[in-house]
Amino acid sequence: MKRLNEWIVGVAVLAVIMVITWGMFAVGDNMRPGTTPFSQDVYALHNTVLGVVTVIGVLVFTAMFTSIVLHSKKRHPNAAKFTHSTKAEIIWTAIPVLILVVMAVPATRVLIEMEDTGNAEMNVKVTGYQWLWKYDYLEDDISIYSALDRDSNRARQIGSDIKPAEVENYLLEVNNRLVLPVDTKIRFLLTADDVIHSWWVPDLGWKRDAIPGMVNEAWTLIEEEGIYRGQCAELCGKDHGFMPIVVEAISKEAYAAWVAEQKGTSTVQNANVTP
Amino acid sequence: MTDTTLAHSDSHDHHPTGLARWLFTTNHKEIGTLYLVFSLVMFLVGGAMALVIRAELFAPGLHLVNPEFFNQMTTMHALVMIFAAVMPAFVGLANWMVPLMIGAPDMALPRMNNWSFWIMPFAFTLLLSTLFMPSGGPASGWTLYPPLSLQGGNSLAFVILAIHLMGISSIMGSINIIATILNMRAPGMTLLRMPMFVWTWLITAFLLIAVMPVLAGAVTMLLTDRFFGTSFFNAAGGGDPVLYQHIFWFFGHPEVYIMILPAFGIVSEIIPTFSRKKLFGYTSMVYATASIAFLSFIVWAHHMFTVGMPLGAALFFMYATMVIAVPTGVKIFNWVSTMWRGSMTFETPMLFALGFVVLFTIGGLSGVMLAIVPADFQYHDTYFVVAHFHYVLVTGAVFAIMASVYYWIPKWTGNMYNETLGKIHFWWSTFWVNVLFFPQHYLGLAGMPRRIPDYAIQFTEFNVISSIGGFAFGLGQLLFVYIVWQCARGGQKATDGVWEGARGLEWTVPSPAPLHTFDTPPDVDHPDYVAHTSGTS
Repeated sequence: MKRLNEWIVGVAVLAVIMVITWGMFAVGDNMRPGTTPFSQDVYALHNTVLGVVTVIGVLVFTAMFTSIVLHSKKRHPNAAKFTHSTKAEIIWTAIPVLILVVMAVPATRVLIEMEDTGNAEMNVKVTGYQWLWKYDYLEDDISIYSALDRDSNRARQIGSDIKPAEVENYLLEVNNRLVLPVDTKIRFLLTADDVIHSWWVPDLGWKRDAIPGMVNEAWTLIEEEGIYRGQCAELCGKDHGFMPIVVEAISKEAYAAWVAEQKGTSTVQNANVTP
Repeated sequence: MTDTTLAHSDSHDHHPTGLARWLFTTNHKEIGTLYLVFSLVMFLVGGAMALVIRAELFAPGLHLVNPEFFNQMTTMHALVMIFAAVMPAFVGLANWMVPLMIGAPDMALPRMNNWSFWIMPFAFTLLLSTLFMPSGGPASGWTLYPPLSLQGGNSLAFVILAIHLMGISSIMGSINIIATILNMRAPGMTLLRMPMFVWTWLITAFLLIAVMPVLAGAVTMLLTDRFFGTSFFNAAGGGDPVLYQHIFWFFGHPEVYIMILPAFGIVSEIIPTFSRKKLFGYTSMVYATASIAFLSFIVWAHHMFTVGMPLGAALFFMYATMVIAVPTGVKIFNWVSTMWRGSMTFETPMLFALGFVVLFTIGGLSGVMLAIVPADFQYHDTYFVVAHFHYVLVTGAVFAIMASVYYWIPKWTGNMYNETLGKIHFWWSTFWVNVLFFPQHYLGLAGMPRRIPDYAIQFTEFNVISSIGGFAFGLGQLLFVYIVWQCARGGQKATDGVWEGARGLEWTVPSPAPLHTFDTPPDVDHPDYVAHTSGTS
């Protein structure tokens, strides 16, 4: 009777966990494939590795639960005496090594691709401040400060009577977006003015730390027009959660027009200031 | 199977009573108890901080605390749980059990043992007092990355002093454990006959001695940068903020294994006992533990793939990290093989040990995912990482500690704990801990960074689920406190052997274990005394 109760509990727990897990997959909260060749490679890599570890987990747990069912004291009153098996140990050392090699090969390939920042068609310098971003378009002498938009900022205050749910793109909207052309290899130079920040737009497939006194490099090539949102990913003080990143990817023609427009207006700010 | 050598061993004891008994004690069992009680108290303190975090994250928008205090809570929660809850619990277990398992009368250095415990309450009073200072507690994450950590107020000095004290305590504790294991084993107990728990602690103690001074160096440089005008980590003064991260994680990664190797040892004790079968592959378990310890020194930069490092370095740290999966896999396969064709019963310690194997494996597998550098560029500093390390630390280290408490508490108190409540505690904890942490994988993949006090609307559902799980899990731990308290006060008397399948020296002494045991060394060749987790020559 007591054993029966345990099984009921066990089955119930498993059922609930499975339902929760299924529900999460159903609403699509896996990693986003993104919009660049690199991000899609990362997405594929993520799915491959997730698949491999899931299969390993299922195999190990199946063996374990089989043993739990078959080798309980009630069903299997006399324990076996074996204590080691060199053959088994060699097998379960060698097979994981092979699996790891299989995973390491594509990972290495994608990483090498990621690290190649050569042949960039344009350069954007990203500077992290507490708590906003500055973007310098190095070829065009345009500088933009990009901070949390006013609506989100109002709604996020303690005691604010604006409901976050009613703010469009709550915490993921900025006053000035980073406008970029599609189908262009863009090199980013990342640094910071005060503390370490980390520039992350999930759809581009990477994050890279912006470190005061250092310049990091990364690149992207956006394939689809659209708006891509991200956030600072390295704890940078009290408003770490409130310095979003919004990339607006537009066609090359529209981008050229945008550049011309920027140069003609007074939004050019502190173009030559380097922190 | 009571050992004759135990009779009247208390006769020479002049023991102070009351508070003085605990202040001046040099007895390994009493010091073990002090460590364990301290750890339990701090577990509740750290848990309360976690609940502040989960309460704030229950809904988008800022509701309960301001972002500064939120950051203090994430920082303090980690510092308290790592240094004041998990590590002292393992030291407490080592104090209680290592001498009993190797047939030693006490720890090798009893007075130092007293000191290494009594530093701890002072260290953590210092640390926690910063929350009441005008500048507030540390708010830069437990890693204390500069330059952010240098922006805080003077409380940083208190935090650093607390870390130094805690480090001194850990180093003294480790010296004591190494000296005990190497010098005080009963005659005939060769190294490769020691129980697995003793082995894992021996290796852990070496790790502690190797890396605590590194942490001390890192935080001392922070101290001088903040207060004495040096520029170790200040780029404007010729320093390098990334240098701190390298030094910190050279400590930090072995620290991760410091918190899991003794858990491996505990699980390696419990599974054979309740499977009524010797540990499978004892020798390979020892070598796997040593390999993991060695590898832990050459993988530190996998915590910092996004700081920007040369391709060759990134590849090296990726491959080295992936290699750790091999000895860890060996351990998991050996535990399952130990169960295989055993004769299992499922008392609470076994349930927690099995829960450990399953849930730690999940944490280990997500660890393999994190090792893949390009994918880590997405996972890094998101809730995916938070989920990963809570699976290995809560359902890993903490579950193992709870398993060990249920396993050995009859030996400590002489009473059986309430088995029904213990099982309820296990099922409740296991269910809710998954509700708490599993959704965090999805939050991370969906793009939620860690250490943010407020979040975009699309993260709401999973945060609500996670917070509900957090509160329910937290509530369940009050049941654990009650079970321990009830067991300490009385209950069904435990036999000396306690568990039908238990073997090993600790089960040959009476329950409760008298203050002094093994005044004369036991006969380790007696078949009843050979631990399930020993190698036989």
